[in-house]
Amino acid sequence: MLSFVAQRIVKGVIVLLAIVVLNFFLIRLAPGDPAAVMAGEAGASDQVFVQQLREKFGLDKPLPEQLFIYVKGIVTLDLGFSFRQQAPVAKLIGERLPATLLLTLTAFAISLILGVLFGTFAARFAGTFLDTAITVFALIFYAMPIFWVALMGILLFSVTMDWLPSFGYETVGANLTGLAHAVDVGAHLIMPAMTLGLFFMATYTRMTRASMLEVKRLDFVKTARAKGLSDAVIQRRHVLRNALLPVVTLAGVHAGTLIGGAVITETVFAWPGIGRLMYDALLQRDYNLLLGVFVTCSIMVLIFNLITDLVYRLVDPRIEFAS
Amino acid sequence: MLKRVLLGLVLACGLTAPALAQEPKTGGVINAVIQPEPPGLMLAMIQNGPTQMVSGNIFEGLLRYSPKLEPLPELAESWSVSEDAKTYTFKLRKGVTWHDGKPFTAADVLFSIEMLKQTHARARNNLAQVDKVEAPDDYTVVFTLKQPFGPFLGIFEVGSMPMVPKHLYEGTDWKTNAYNNAPVGTGPFMFKEWQKGSFIRLVKNPNYYEKGKPYIDEIYWQIIPDAAARSVAYETGKVDVLPGGSVENFDVPRLSKLKDTCVSGAGWEFFSPLAWLWLNNRQGPLADKRVRQAIMYAIDRDFAKDVIWNGLGKVATGPSASTIKYYTGDVPKYPYDPAKAKALLKEAGYKGEKIRLLPLAYGETWQRWGEAVKQNLMDVGMNIETIATDVAGGNQKIGDWDYDIAFTYLYQYGDPALGVGRNYVSSAIAKGQVFNNVEGYSNPEIDKLFADGAVATPDSKRKEIYEKAQKILVEDVPVAWMLELQFPTIMRCKVKNLITTGIGVNDGFKDAWLDK
Repeated sequence: MLSFVAQRIVKGVIVLLAIVVLNFFLIRLAPGDPAAVMAGEAGASDQVFVQQLREKFGLDKPLPEQLFIYVKGIVTLDLGFSFRQQAPVAKLIGERLPATLLLTLTAFAISLILGVLFGTFAARFAGTFLDTAITVFALIFYAMPIFWVALMGILLFSVTMDWLPSFGYETVGANLTGLAHAVDVGAHLIMPAMTLGLFFMATYTRMTRASMLEVKRLDFVKTARAKGLSDAVIQRRHVLRNALLPVVTLAGVHAGTLIGGAVITETVFAWPGIGRLMYDALLQRDYNLLLGVFVTCSIMVLIFNLITDLVYRLVDPRIEFAS
Repeated sequence: MLKRVLLGLVLACGLTAPALAQEPKTGGVINAVIQPEPPGLMLAMIQNGPTQMVSGNIFEGLLRYSPKLEPLPELAESWSVSEDAKTYTFKLRKGVTWHDGKPFTAADVLFSIEMLKQTHARARNNLAQVDKVEAPDDYTVVFTLKQPFGPFLGIFEVGSMPMVPKHLYEGTDWKTNAYNNAPVGTGPFMFKEWQKGSFIRLVKNPNYYEKGKPYIDEIYWQIIPDAAARSVAYETGKVDVLPGGSVENFDVPRLSKLKDTCVSGAGWEFFSPLAWLWLNNRQGPLADKRVRQAIMYAIDRDFAKDVIWNGLGKVATGPSASTIKYYTGDVPKYPYDPAKAKALLKEAGYKGEKIRLLPLAYGETWQRWGEAVKQNLMDVGMNIETIATDVAGGNQKIGDWDYDIAFTYLYQYGDPALGVGRNYVSSAIAKGQVFNNVEGYSNPEIDKLFADGAVATPDSKRKEIYEKAQKILVEDVPVAWMLELQFPTIMRCKVKNLITTGIGVNDGFKDAWLDK
């Protein structure tokens, strides 16, 4: 198993380097650079001033040299300096990563648990009213744009009912600690996590349902039934477990993309996460910060892919690490 | 020699007189929205709007300006101008300390000026007329100009020339100085905490030189990136102040009617934001003055004001906003007249050539305005293609002159020499840069008028020159002036004296108090 993990890490590093190089050039294809953005904000600019800024940011050097400097930094775990925010990139990302992880992992858990649960029920009661009701419920959240669900949630639960806070990570200025703080953060987390989670839940519901219906028809299920096992045991131990493989695959893909993919949810709910950091960096052409966020997201994707592979082994012992 | 002594203190007393009608109460917290999140708070190095709004509380300039743009004392308590209008002597306030306790002196002023020349593009331009700056003693600073410069007393507000602590910046690498993210100023509020993506917290400066001020204990600048969510935050009582531009325009009338809500359009006099369309004078149909005039007649600017901007603002008459010095409305007029526009286009021989329009990526209102202008121009037979970009991409295209028509709005900084001339004089044509004369208009008479206007004395002479320049420009239509924008500040009525100067919320909350 260890050699399997080591192999995957080596592969991951190569993928990561390829991502860095590709993104390095892609970012620079967008018109405008940080010096132009900053000079523009000053409400005045002259050639000498813009040139000075470019020199300060190292943007006057040839592109291959800029890339070499950046990759050298990455190898020594230095993500560079954000000239826009006047702080090291690693520090800026470090400040935002916990909030993003809290949001996305909660949303991920909500979507996976509810999705598998609803999918199982839908498969168990396939063709009945319950099946239709679950399917419709799941598809409604899948079909509605996230920002719309978010705004309607705010309107209902914050403005009309005044149950939940409409924005932020915690109550600003409350200076809560311990349990009170955790409860406060939890209250702020409910709406963004549900908005994001319900969107992905639909996919798991549909996937679990379809997969279970397929497995149900297989011979070993008939055998289990012939052995006299109870329906609950058959569903849980035989059908669900075998039906979970495609769900795990999908979950692995989702978990990685969720890290950088929560931009809309983070924006509407003013959640101080990495998605918004990335969006702002893009608008301000903050090259180092943008690349830093990409690297972080890529690392997350690689980690989640590795975890997915390990979970495969747990779900289905037939899969060998060596393969 | 120093005959024209202006004692700004007198003006300051006059300005704050109405506030004395009600005794200010001390204490309390103001929650205000800041949008977008500032990239940093070091005002000497970052000059975007949000940075100035927050840092205007932390840093200070030598002067501030009344709504009529008269200079008021801030770190300079008085100033005088020599008879030849080339020497300006500022007497600094004594007993002022930086937030770390070190005294503020003339050495800080000299250092700030040197630093700003390298980090602040606008300050650098403003200081171009300065021959030398000297500090004969710790509390006196003398500027000697190369020639008289009419608007010189107008370049000292906090955003244009913030004072920087020499003892914390001298000899350091400015761009990576740790104090950039924990700024130390002389202002009424001190930086306390910044949770990136959530809020910025400022606390009262207990050693502020104006005794009793500030009245407020703390300010929380809340970072809420979505416009609808900002409206909800105000509606649900989570924030008390929505500075101008914080919410989409269509939400302003609704929020203004909420209980205990007061609205003020004041505080923009110094900036006087003016919106216009850049017209690329160099190439294609727009090189013909008649086509540019046709554009002015074709666009229904009253519709834009009444519908898109919900009645806020004022239709612009020319290159100067009506709130800045030497404005005149006595210029050629361009009412909405599609028939006249069509006739002019025909006369100019326009044959439906494609014209690229760049809207401004500043949100819904600007997007809608872009659509309305496109519709207006198509109605008179122009072939318009909209090019979508983000802000940085749009700036790049405009700076590279790769456009035909492009939306913009710019501040005018109170004086035509500071915020108007830069967009029309031919010396400001420079490829690769935005916000100068990107339309490529070149008229030797205009060049001379703006050159003369900057250095002319007395004031009546400047007035005469700038009025003439406005008439010529409006006739030539180098750009299509749209609206004098108004960004109302929406706040709880319990917040008193929030806006007391022509710089508005960008000038700090030192006079503000809460009527609890």
